[in-house]
Amino acid sequence: MKVMATDSNPVYRRRRRLNRLMLMLSAVAVAFGLFWLFWIILTLLMKGAPALTLTLFTESTPPPGEAGGLLNAIVGSVLMSAAAVLMGTPLGVLAGTYLAEFGRDRWLATSVRFLNDVLLSAPSIIIGLFIYSVYVARVGHYSGWAGAFALAIIVVPVVVRATDNMLSLVPNSLREAAAALGCPQWRIVLFISYRAARSGMMTGVLLAIARIAGETAPLLFTALNNQFLSFNMNAPIANLPVIIFQYAASPFRDWNDLAWAGAALITLLVLAINLLARIFFRK
Amino acid sequence: MKVMATRRAASNVGADRLFRVLTRTSAVLVLLLLAGIIVSLAWGGRGAITTYGPSFLWTSEWDPVRDHYGALVPVAGTLITSAIAVLIAVPVSFGIALFLTERAPGWLRRPLGTAIEMLAAIPSIIYGMWGLFVFVPLFQQHVQSPLVQWTRDVPVLGELFAGPPLGIGLFTAGLILSIMIIPFITAVMRDVFEQVPPMLKESAYGLGCTTWEVVWKIVLPFTRNGVISGIMLGLGRALGETMAVTFVIGNAFSLPHSLFSPSNSIASALANEFNEAGGLQKAALLELGLILFVITTLVLILSKLVLRRLSRGQDLPAGGA
Repeated sequence: MKVMATDSNPVYRRRRRLNRLMLMLSAVAVAFGLFWLFWIILTLLMKGAPALTLTLFTESTPPPGEAGGLLNAIVGSVLMSAAAVLMGTPLGVLAGTYLAEFGRDRWLATSVRFLNDVLLSAPSIIIGLFIYSVYVARVGHYSGWAGAFALAIIVVPVVVRATDNMLSLVPNSLREAAAALGCPQWRIVLFISYRAARSGMMTGVLLAIARIAGETAPLLFTALNNQFLSFNMNAPIANLPVIIFQYAASPFRDWNDLAWAGAALITLLVLAINLLARIFFRK
Repeated sequence: MKVMATRRAASNVGADRLFRVLTRTSAVLVLLLLAGIIVSLAWGGRGAITTYGPSFLWTSEWDPVRDHYGALVPVAGTLITSAIAVLIAVPVSFGIALFLTERAPGWLRRPLGTAIEMLAAIPSIIYGMWGLFVFVPLFQQHVQSPLVQWTRDVPVLGELFAGPPLGIGLFTAGLILSIMIIPFITAVMRDVFEQVPPMLKESAYGLGCTTWEVVWKIVLPFTRNGVISGIMLGLGRALGETMAVTFVIGNAFSLPHSLFSPSNSIASALANEFNEAGGLQKAALLELGLILFVITTLVLILSKLVLRRLSRGQDLPAGGA
């Protein structure tokens, strides 16, 4: 009897209808998000996969109308990303260590933490402009180093954030135990804190690599591009994102295909790194 | 023995000091990096800053031939596309966060959440390429053309959708931006929704609230500041996005007259023109970069301030309970 009474209550029925509608819409929102993800990945697989052959990795970008690969772009991207990670990681780790181990809540630490977040969300093209103004314009030519510097500036805030967060999670009792045994502070940080926070910090570096792997905007005004295979970091150097940018919009069919192959390559790499970082961190 | 011990202690004190100085220097370097960015942009743009003064902001001309530049078009384009992106992304992100925290069965939460986060991992240039070559032709043919036809004689909508159906333009850029910022806003919303004390929600359920009522009347008011902060974070992302927008916005230096007009944004103007520019044009572009950086920084600071109020306000109910 009672159940029937609530069922026939119009207010109650309206509330339930609204509830059902809204929950349905939330499922639609999830479908909306997944729809684009799968559409983009599917496009990349369909357009990029046919060109993912061995020559892609053994030959350099061709003149229009000829076959070729992306070797020079891959080499350039790897060189610049490696240099950027090697420059950015130590700086980021040290700064993050200061924030978590020494600065904590002092004004210097709070302001660095705050401005690090500003740097983290700075548009990447602005970082390209910055390196152009302070390095490329001074030296007088585009170069692989300039590109690496720009990417390093993107790496730094990611690593600072990860290091700071992960070191803050290390329980203080660990540090105190080491200090009670007479361990100096630098050893505590190196051998206790870092070891405890290792997987989180590595995840931060991995995510930084994923972030810079596809960055195009900061390389436009720094590394520029190069049609030939080059290992010279002091000269313009080819790189995947800029090659994709130029070839995608070009009128030549072969170049478009190469652009799609490069796009598929980068996206799969970045998605794989992201998934790997997640699995790595969960352990 | 004792001498050795003290020597070792002394060297440890030295090493400690060195390590501390090293880490603090690195932290200060991060500060200097940010200051350096602002100073170098202002210095590089000084030519335009002194020539035009504040009128740079409301001049709509951008004419490399007559060497006369104004920031109105790219600034307006940046703000409009970001506004479209936020308008689309906020309800969708809210829906996704609701589904993930309240509806999805446990085993589905993690993979679904990860899949949405993967939207943020796809590089910007991929969105641009896919947008221009895959999405734009379909959108132009199947959505935009009929829409322009149907709304031609409708008063307000007709104005909004006027113009030739080019496929590229403000709306397309905003839509693609919205897909790119959905994962950021969703992540923040999910985090703050999960922080709501279960006691609060269960009391509401106990009073007979439906799931929707609990989310709308309990969870959302409780997490309001966090949600606003997440939206600002997404807005900051949208404002500075370069490559995706460059592909689909149309790169036309003209004031938009409808939602579908091709226009320009600060970031795409930089990407397209900076390498070929010289003299005053380069200075004007650097000043544009400075404007963009100031806008995104302000948005981020605002979001941080709102979030700080959240963490302060949240102590009260938790402490009281």
